[in-house]
Amino acid sequence: MSRTDDSRPTFVLDGETVPFSPGQTVMQAAQDAGRYIPHLCHHRDFAPRGSCKVCTVLVGGRAMTSCTLAASAGLDVTSASEALTTDRRHLVQMLFVEGNHHCPFCEKSGDCHLQAVATHVGMQDTHFEHAFPTRPVDASHPDVWLDRSRCILCELCVRASHDVDGKSVFAIGGRGAHTTLLVNSPSGLLKDSAIARDDRAISVCPTGALLPKGGAYLVAIGARRYDVADIATKPEDT
Amino acid sequence: MTTTPMTTTTTTTNPVLDDLLARHPRSPGAVLQALREVQARFQHVPPVAIEALATWCGVGLADIRGVVGFYHFLSDVPRGRYTVYLSDGVTDRLQGSEALRAQLCARLGVVEGETRGDGLVSVHATSCTGLCDQGPAGLVNERPLVRLTPRRIDEIAELIATEVPLDHWPPDFFTVANPVWRHEQTLSQPIAPGAALQTLVVPDLATGRMAFLDTLKASGLRGRGGAGFGTWRKWEACRLQPGPKVITCNADEGEPGTFKDRLLLMAWADEMVEGMTIAALCVGAATGFIYLRAEYAFIAPHLDEVLARRRQQGLLGPDVLGSGAAFDITLHLGAGAYVCGEETALIESIEGKRGIPRTRPPFPVERGHLSMPTVNNNVETFVQVAQIAVHGAPWFRARGTELSPGTRLLSIAGDVARPGLYEVPWGLTVDEVLADCGAVDVGAVLVGGPSGRLVPPASFGRRIAFEDLPTGGAFTVFRRDRDLLEVARRFTHFFAEESCGFCTPCRVGCVQLTALADRFAAGRGSPRDVARVHEVSDLMERLSHCGLGQTAPHPLVDVLTQFPEVLVGRLRTDDEAFDLAAATADMGANPTTEQP
Repeated sequence: MSRTDDSRPTFVLDGETVPFSPGQTVMQAAQDAGRYIPHLCHHRDFAPRGSCKVCTVLVGGRAMTSCTLAASAGLDVTSASEALTTDRRHLVQMLFVEGNHHCPFCEKSGDCHLQAVATHVGMQDTHFEHAFPTRPVDASHPDVWLDRSRCILCELCVRASHDVDGKSVFAIGGRGAHTTLLVNSPSGLLKDSAIARDDRAISVCPTGALLPKGGAYLVAIGARRYDVADIATKPEDT
Repeated sequence: MTTTPMTTTTTTTNPVLDDLLARHPRSPGAVLQALREVQARFQHVPPVAIEALATWCGVGLADIRGVVGFYHFLSDVPRGRYTVYLSDGVTDRLQGSEALRAQLCARLGVVEGETRGDGLVSVHATSCTGLCDQGPAGLVNERPLVRLTPRRIDEIAELIATEVPLDHWPPDFFTVANPVWRHEQTLSQPIAPGAALQTLVVPDLATGRMAFLDTLKASGLRGRGGAGFGTWRKWEACRLQPGPKVITCNADEGEPGTFKDRLLLMAWADEMVEGMTIAALCVGAATGFIYLRAEYAFIAPHLDEVLARRRQQGLLGPDVLGSGAAFDITLHLGAGAYVCGEETALIESIEGKRGIPRTRPPFPVERGHLSMPTVNNNVETFVQVAQIAVHGAPWFRARGTELSPGTRLLSIAGDVARPGLYEVPWGLTVDEVLADCGAVDVGAVLVGGPSGRLVPPASFGRRIAFEDLPTGGAFTVFRRDRDLLEVARRFTHFFAEESCGFCTPCRVGCVQLTALADRFAAGRGSPRDVARVHEVSDLMERLSHCGLGQTAPHPLVDVLTQFPEVLVGRLRTDDEAFDLAAATADMGANPTTEQP
């Protein structure tokens, strides 16, 4: 999509003009224009979901998720504000305390969107009361590993497995605080599912919940993508 | 859609299951209805049923498991052949429900929430069953249990222990009364079946429809579900959309303390269906659904009867009252989920899915059931629509206020002399309503249920109206000596149990609030915790995906702000509040993750 097409309608994001194509959301148009709005359950390759609420922006004083907000001409959108950063920090802290996250020795550390967005919004502690949930690990598959303790219920794997891999390996079960990622197989285990290590469902996981087994430390923690740069400057694959 | 190997036929090895499934159309929309029947027949949803339903719909096993795991009344592990749910609503608690539950468990030798070894019985706590005016209440195998007492609990335990079929239990155990203490224009004006529709089709539908839309607009009727959106505006928006339309009636009366639709469903179903039919003729819908909460399953046979009779009378079917327009209604039962009262979650549930509220816009009037423009209204709204068609807008507007025309039904329960149903004109003060129901020494009134507002005595001069104190029908009274912190704590737990889990602020925020409420109740809270309540609540109210998360903080916030005295003597200083021993008490237990 050409960014120099002057005939496209525009909206305003933090005082700057952003062009959009019909049918685009504020998030999609912002991403095309190289503008970063923090987000976790959204990914440019997939249909919006709007559940993590991290991409919340203000329109006319009203909070809306930019990933589901249809772009329209003349819309005045605020994303960069201290208040919104505080909200986003609280949301990310909530995602941390409801699971069990151990960044310092997590295989995904430095490549993890949750960790990177947390850094981006200035998170220094977890702030809220930890739930310390007991969530089952699925290590049954020879090539793929599922640690639900690190799952933030973004449903990107659900969408990727269905839309890209054509396998529908994942679904959401339970509800409330007991909402959980289900594996679509007779036993409910990955080993009896159609998952494969190169599936988009694995690579799209923003955290260390779904990982290919082996090779996790070929690049040392400290030298990884978001160890050396803020996620706002490395928007690829987000 | 899935590469998981599955059988290509729905024939299972179980003839009873095959027979049961054969009675449903093989469509996703039938999944929840089929699951309900499987649960009732087998006390759980066995893997073979999940496999058969997944094949029907061309979805994965996990998708069906996800539906089972979403609804309270479905289970993948067997519950008792007598499955008893005792209402854990706040008014039931005021009437001693906790002791009754413990008594029943003890008498039957069963642990709450677990099925007895021989599979005979399980006893569960459940959210408000809509019988607060005759509690403590509950359900046994989908039949309502009312006016429970220790003596009756003993009798029930004996009947279960000796495996007496429910048909042979004393009928009065199941007899739901609908005490009405005040009639206004709605409850004093029954309509003969077809009388309201007649006004729409004479001289012809094209004329009658536009005339009625004008009448509806002039009446100023606002949705009785609680949000108060203009009924005419909703219908008009739907009417102007192209393509086939759908009408849904929200009979998922889940707000704790609300039971007014129970009366209408039991005694005013004709008027309700007539209102739905008028809506269908006005917007051009051929399909309708009544979404009935699972707790009201006992009313389903009556509703089916009414629908069947109206088909015979030509009031539903391929040519409604000779108008040339077709409209018919399907009864759809829920399976235990408060959030399904939210209109987009309700539509998802009708489609046989988990009741997750949709992103709005688009609103249902643009894209609702199966993406078709959909009008969703409350039971009471449809009843009043039918009455407006017969009596006109001036008649309707004669009561109520300018911004809240007409009357509304209140479900009054709690510490009052006469619990039950009251039809009141909008605009009555809280004090006037309290005098009507014989409440004395009142400490607080919960107007609109836990998602509404807790009103202190200083505000009893406020009016029940959309412009002051809106309510979806609940009016719950608490005597001055009631522990409001405990009331708020219970409601906070209620929301945590009912959060659908979709969005971060509600899913996590509800749990944070329960932990804080528990800490206050245990006398371990501090000023820092009070501040934390406000911080979490503020985030939830602004950023939650739907009304559930936006209103879930109300009970706790209202108690802390309107009734600060509840914390007197219960707070510690911030420094004293951290209890190292309590915080590390479970560390010896070494909780490990389960390995498959």
